[in-house]
Amino acid sequence: MSRESALVSADWAEKNIAAPGVVFVEVDEDTTAYDGGHIAGAIKLDWRTDLQDPVRRDFVNKEQFEALLSSRGIGNDDTVVLYGGNNNWFAAYAYWYFKLYGHGDVKLLDGGRKKWELDARPLSKDAVERPATQYVAQEQDLSIRAFRDDVVKAIGVQNLVDVRSPDEYAGRLLAPAHLPQEQAQRAGHIPTAISVPWSKAANEDGTFKSDSELAELYAAAGIDDSKDTIAYCRIGERSSHTWFVLQEILGKANVKNYDGSWTEYGSLVGVPVALGDEPGKA
Amino acid sequence: MTAQTASTVAAGCAAPDQAAPLPLSVDLEKETVITGTVQAAGGDPVAGAYVRLLDRSGEFTAEVVTSPAGQFRFFAAPGTWQLRALSRFGNGDATVTADRGVNEVSLAVA
Repeated sequence: MSRESALVSADWAEKNIAAPGVVFVEVDEDTTAYDGGHIAGAIKLDWRTDLQDPVRRDFVNKEQFEALLSSRGIGNDDTVVLYGGNNNWFAAYAYWYFKLYGHGDVKLLDGGRKKWELDARPLSKDAVERPATQYVAQEQDLSIRAFRDDVVKAIGVQNLVDVRSPDEYAGRLLAPAHLPQEQAQRAGHIPTAISVPWSKAANEDGTFKSDSELAELYAAAGIDDSKDTIAYCRIGERSSHTWFVLQEILGKANVKNYDGSWTEYGSLVGVPVALGDEPGKA
Repeated sequence: MTAQTASTVAAGCAAPDQAAPLPLSVDLEKETVITGTVQAAGGDPVAGAYVRLLDRSGEFTAEVVTSPAGQFRFFAAPGTWQLRALSRFGNGDATVTADRGVNEVSLAVA
């Protein structure tokens, strides 16, 4: 993968809004952003209600994903262009999710909703209806998804990348600072994980930094390219952003996203936790 | 606390409605709330501005979009924080030294 195959610019998007075979998909947790104005023709996916099982903590299964995409009018051969708020956190999560279920051509809009708005590009409030399809998903590609046991085994062995803010990593905050801090899980990070906040990979307007800046960032942080890598955050959406950078832009091999992330790990009984600004020992 | 905490954990990371009153579950004895309004040069509130909270090292901690009345709100920790606003009307910065409870700050863009 490369920047050219995985990312499209706002200029490209604006020129291709009505292109046949291209489906724009806005992904937010709070769909009021979409309802207040979206890229013309874009459909919406709700991170929580569409992509998560309504009862237990896991994704919708293959059949549910097929039903979702079929009903929203996305076909297997469509080019899916994802964008969203929160600096594309949930759009990157959806990108990883589409890859998990084997969608062929999926791209992320560089800068997402923020750059689009700051550029004062047009937004539409028109309702969007697409004819239903017969979408067929693949089995989950578990080469890009890490589970808790993989993470525990990776301590001191693989590259573990904590992409939360430095204060969350150190244990001084328990959640991103736009959310209340009263949380159930313990504070801290997985021992030996290095801290590379997702935001270091992005410019202020939400676009990704250049390939050379990104390569330098992770090299300086100590990622060892001879080892497999697992990225995590709090619930797996910011780490999808970093997974996207490492595997889809920089083309690194064997990178997994741990979607359980800190809300799972920080609640496990008996696992090691490190506090403070240093990675800590295995 | 249990039911409230569970719902908070499940809520994910999307920015809550910035115009809504503080939820009753928020304990101001524990939370450090940094809130205020983004204003343009003439004093008009700026809706839809992107406000980010940076820690003492300048690293990103969170970002929200202002409400129709230009309001933003963060849940941080006691200490010194920087605020930075991006908008179609320009950008602006402010520094706040926050304590537990509600900390009001105004943020001008130009």
